[in-house]
Amino acid sequence: MDKLIAKNITVSYEGANIIEDISIELNKGEIVCLLGVSGVGKTTLFNVISGLLNPDEGIVELDGRNITGKAGNVSYMLQKDMLMPYKTIIDNVSLPLVIRGEKKSKARDITAKYFQEFGLEGTEKKYPFQLSGGMRQRAALLRTYLFSDQVALLDEPFSALDSITKSVMHEWYLQVMKQIRLSTLLITHDIDEAIILSDRIYVMAGKPGRIKEEVIIDEPKPRDKDFKVSESFIKYKRHILSILM
Amino acid sequence: MKKKFLSIINKISSFIVIFAILILWQILSATGIVPKFMLPSPVDVVMAFIGDFPLLMQHAATTLTEAFLGLMIGTLLGFAIAVIMDYYPIAYKSVYPLMVLTQTVPTVAIAPLLVLWMGYGLLPKVTLIVLTTFFPIAIGLLDGFHTVDPDSINLLKAMGANRLQVFTHIKLPSSLSHFFAGLKISVSYSVVAAVISEWLGGFYGLGVYMTRVRKSYSFDKMFAVIFFISLISLLLMLGVTLLKDAVMPWDRSKKTERKNQI
Ligand SMILES: Nc1ncnc2c1ncn2[C@@H]1O[C@H](COP(=O)(O)OP(=O)(O)OP(=O)(O)O)[C@@H](O)[C@H]1O
Ligand SMILES: [Mg+2]
Repeated sequence: MDKLIAKNITVSYEGANIIEDISIELNKGEIVCLLGVSGVGKTTLFNVISGLLNPDEGIVELDGRNITGKAGNVSYMLQKDMLMPYKTIIDNVSLPLVIRGEKKSKARDITAKYFQEFGLEGTEKKYPFQLSGGMRQRAALLRTYLFSDQVALLDEPFSALDSITKSVMHEWYLQVMKQIRLSTLLITHDIDEAIILSDRIYVMAGKPGRIKEEVIIDEPKPRDKDFKVSESFIKYKRHILSILM
Repeated sequence: MKKKFLSIINKISSFIVIFAILILWQILSATGIVPKFMLPSPVDVVMAFIGDFPLLMQHAATTLTEAFLGLMIGTLLGFAIAVIMDYYPIAYKSVYPLMVLTQTVPTVAIAPLLVLWMGYGLLPKVTLIVLTTFFPIAIGLLDGFHTVDPDSINLLKAMGANRLQVFTHIKLPSSLSHFFAGLKISVSYSVVAAVISEWLGGFYGLGVYMTRVRKSYSFDKMFAVIFFISLISLLLMLGVTLLKDAVMPWDRSKKTERKNQI
């Protein structure tokens, strides 16, 4: 994919606007964060972009093609990891391929190749409850990637993890991203996470939710550990806080 | 150490109670406190069971055949009804209340009707069993279908799944435990329904045997066949549990995991 665009999206429930006139775009290979407090309408926007929800106004375009209200074009990782408890990890992860019509055995073969890269080797035949939170998240990420290696929507992918595991996952994620170049739109309400991971940040606020500002994080990638305690990091953080408060 | 001892006690406590009751019962009838012709002693019952063993087996074969046939058809019917009701909400709204209503009619009340309509053969018996067994299956599955996490359906839809795929990958597997809970009930219903239908007419079956020994006032045989029937039900229910464990390995491993944590 080259470009994902959402233009002038408005969604209302029971007459009241939840999000209003939201326009965002995602370019090839970018990681872009959507940052905002709980309830501002981040998930609602994702439901629109993924095609699960028809907006009251606005359109979604992928490479110039109108995909408004059409599911199956961009991969979507929901707020919960949503691994099916009754499927083994490999069957969970290969699910998007099976849905697309691939034979089960073939889907498993294709999927198995990625287990190493995603740090999941040895978990193929296990069930989700046997994995740690970090592992489950990786499995869910791999499933998302197998659905589309072009563009992914991740709804708070790391929010359920403890802060140390989270840091490890951030580093791992940036590492993997360098190789697979998946264009990613990511929701978070963790400001630090947004600054560490993103090329750009859309800050959402208000009721109804709107994009308040687009913050560009102009730092080389992958960002080293010192970045988190650097002068410029604090500057970004202070700026974002001033928008939100 | 103490914990282990307690857990053993826990496990065998129900056996101890049963054993105590048996002893008490034996004493009551052996000493003549309760007259023997009314309440045969446990030993008498066992003797009656052994004495009539070949005959009981023969009758059991008939009863089990009926139960099995009825249960199979009832399960398929229950499954079909649940799937149709889930697929067409209008069917759910219009038929569900009716279905619940039919279940308030007691089995014993419709059994004679069925005999009048269908005679003394296999047909009325299997029909009765079907009528009593399809319900727990259908209700169990419908419950399961309705309690599926809508987000997991959303996830599949986002992947571009169609309704059939949502059904096979989400709805059906997440409803399996509900299905087996229903099946467990239906299995015991099937035996009871078979026996009841045999009371009203027929030439073979445990129900027929029961009617005959009742007419000859053989209380020991009566008790023997009652216990035999409940033993069969228990074994069949155990069979369902084993089947469930085989079909749902994730559920079983979850259980052992939990046990290990305690
Ligand atoms: N189906 C619905 N019907 C009515 N209101 C809804 C529905 N879904 C969401 N909302 C409302 O829309 C608002 C935005 O919800 P949304 O889930 O998009 O927030 P969010 O930014 O993702 O929050 P969080 O960070 O807690 O996940 C909330 O106030 C919520 O109550
Ligand atoms: Mg949300």
